Amino acid sequence: MSVQAGHGQDTNMDERIGSGLKQRTKQALQDEFLRKAVAFTTDKLKNGRLQAMDAFGDWEAWRDRGRAIREHTNSHLDYYLSQFADNVAGNGGHVYFCSGADDAVKTFMGIADRHKAKLVAKGKSMVSEEIHLNHHLEDRGIEAIETDLGEYILQLARETPSHLIIPAIHKNKQQIADLFTDASGQHFEPETKVLAEYARKKLRNYFLEADIGLTGCNFGVAESGSITLVSNEGNGRMVSTLPKVHVVVMGMERLVPTFEDLEVVLNLLARSATGQKLTTYTSILTGARHPEDLDGPEELHVIILDNGRSAQLGDPIFQEVLNCIRCAACLNVCPVYRHVGGHTYGSVYSGPIGAVLTPLLQQDMKEAGTLSYASSLCGACYEACPVKIPLHDMLVHLRHRKVKMKLTSLPERAAFKTFQTVFGSVTLYKLATKSGYYLQKPLVRGGMIKAGPAPLSGWTQSRFMPMMPKQSFRDKWAALQAELAAKKAAREEQR
Amino acid sequence: MRVSLFITCLSDLLYSEVGESVVRILSDYGCDVDFPEAQTCCGQPAFNSGYQDEAREVARNLIRAFEHSDYVVSPSGSCTGMVHHYYPYLFENEPEWKAKAEALVGKMYEFSQFLVQVLGVTDLGASFPHKVTYHPSCHAMRLLGVKEEPMKLLSCVDSIDFVELPKKEDCCGFGGTFSVKMADMSEAMVCEKAVNVCSTGAEVLVGTDMGCLMNIGGRLNKEGQPVRVMHLAQLLEEGRTSR
Repeated sequence: MSVQAGHGQDTNMDERIGSGLKQRTKQALQDEFLRKAVAFTTDKLKNGRLQAMDAFGDWEAWRDRGRAIREHTNSHLDYYLSQFADNVAGNGGHVYFCSGADDAVKTFMGIADRHKAKLVAKGKSMVSEEIHLNHHLEDRGIEAIETDLGEYILQLARETPSHLIIPAIHKNKQQIADLFTDASGQHFEPETKVLAEYARKKLRNYFLEADIGLTGCNFGVAESGSITLVSNEGNGRMVSTLPKVHVVVMGMERLVPTFEDLEVVLNLLARSATGQKLTTYTSILTGARHPEDLDGPEELHVIILDNGRSAQLGDPIFQEVLNCIRCAACLNVCPVYRHVGGHTYGSVYSGPIGAVLTPLLQQDMKEAGTLSYASSLCGACYEACPVKIPLHDMLVHLRHRKVKMKLTSLPERAAFKTFQTVFGSVTLYKLATKSGYYLQKPLVRGGMIKAGPAPLSGWTQSRFMPMMPKQSFRDKWAALQAELAAKKAAREEQR
Repeated sequence: MRVSLFITCLSDLLYSEVGESVVRILSDYGCDVDFPEAQTCCGQPAFNSGYQDEAREVARNLIRAFEHSDYVVSPSGSCTGMVHHYYPYLFENEPEWKAKAEALVGKMYEFSQFLVQVLGVTDLGASFPHKVTYHPSCHAMRLLGVKEEPMKLLSCVDSIDFVELPKKEDCCGFGGTFSVKMADMSEAMVCEKAVNVCSTGAEVLVGTDMGCLMNIGGRLNKEGQPVRVMHLAQLLEEGRTSR
């Protein structure tokens, strides 16, 4: 079987994050398999989280603590990064600070070249997706194998992850069995156990043969320079111990100061992500192989990526987005995400966190900034966030940024100027609403507006609109006052 | 107790009967209700679309309208949430207006919140012998923290046959301009909500926000579903007078 690096069904999708959003939405909404699969799994994860929160107790206090740790770390990120880097180096590791994706890719290629690497075994890493590493490896003729089961499935399908922690959430068992059948030439029934067993056997060889093991990093511990990896499949442990070279790619904000802090964020992460108390494997790796160790890589390289992150530091509204611990709880509660799935966002990071993070990291309000409209601002994301990131507020502030940069349409800008004028003065408001009564008349059928021109058609495509009655509340106020006065008088008379 | 009604533009223009129910109930509980004529809208449509400057001027008008009120009560958790959650931010660079905004926040309540928290009433002596389900609105719950109050009021209604709405805390897909700007996403959400409402077999859907109710009701109407959609104040008033 030959597996090539999968880099999504549409290589250029990032360029049309905003312009293609509505079209991708329509496409996703027509895909019943996708909607069922996403709804099923997000519901399961959400309910798991709620139960885990309950069982744990004092959830709000844990959230506050988690938020405080992340806030403190990011407010002193220069200090903790330097402490972390010193400790990684002190343990014999190599640290690279990379300002952008190109820089990080180049750094990785440098390491790969030195080792004449032909095969890279990958643990799950969203940062490697962010820098499109698989794509670059493929161009170089280096084979990259995803060893996380979900990522492996997507690699076979040549797709990108559609969820932060369940990358193949949009695939059902039958689709996975078909992919395995096509890839292996043997027939597979849609049975989880059989499919997982096949992948396990297949992947085991790659762990042993790989020249480089690549992983992400859930949390770096500054006080020791340790890399923490959580996984439920154990592949992270294999990838980080069997190959001779271990390369970590991580976002620069992925730090906690101490092990004491790590305890808090790991508790929040596992419970918020899957409802587990603890993931099946939690690996804390400090340095490369020590003389007394039985296994482990001979070399450890840690690539620390900025790629738009440091631009958020010190921002009164957006710095908090760096507090994210990538648990995906916001995806699992988001009603938009549930209906349209992750690929609709057209970006590596999807769901509410993706809608906020993508325009900020890419510093692109024109296309990526459009993702801020993919939310009804219901606030479920904030409510679920284990570190209390006010994503719903950030979405509104991103829309404001778009307006300030004059990236919204002329008619829309004119409409809200008119809104300001009319609703800013009761005289104009009354005048406008009275005219509204007459203007609506051609559209009214049986007391309702059932169809109308754009933008009203957006509403009427799925629902009716009540017509505006002739009398508003304020028109009725005098009569209501008289009614109440009479009632009061009658009451007093009774006394 | 002097109470000013903030009717909200939506209820002023489309759902005047909601305002009437609120006023009658408050008045029955001894409130001296007035209606400051200068009020229009809280500015949320502009704010949520990113037009903060435009929203600020509309907000200024609302702050002025209620400057002399003791209490302000509104039949909307969303509009009240807008004032509570975003008004102080909107006037961050204008200390004088920020103070005024905070003063409004301090005296402004959503209808069920005012009944339970300020008037201390939960049992309005209403009877409503119908099968009823309740949609909690996102902004009441999450911006304003009003979760228990509507349920407390409903649980005291006599002969009510209350059924829990499945996935009740999921947004109905209204989201103001979201409903037209992202019409397809909004449609998927409101369709799911309507399916859940119908699955309860309820004759009546009750809520605390006419935005959500206009959305869900509009869907139910289009589907021809015979579910009556009411604001909590309407249900309580009807239940009191029919007794």
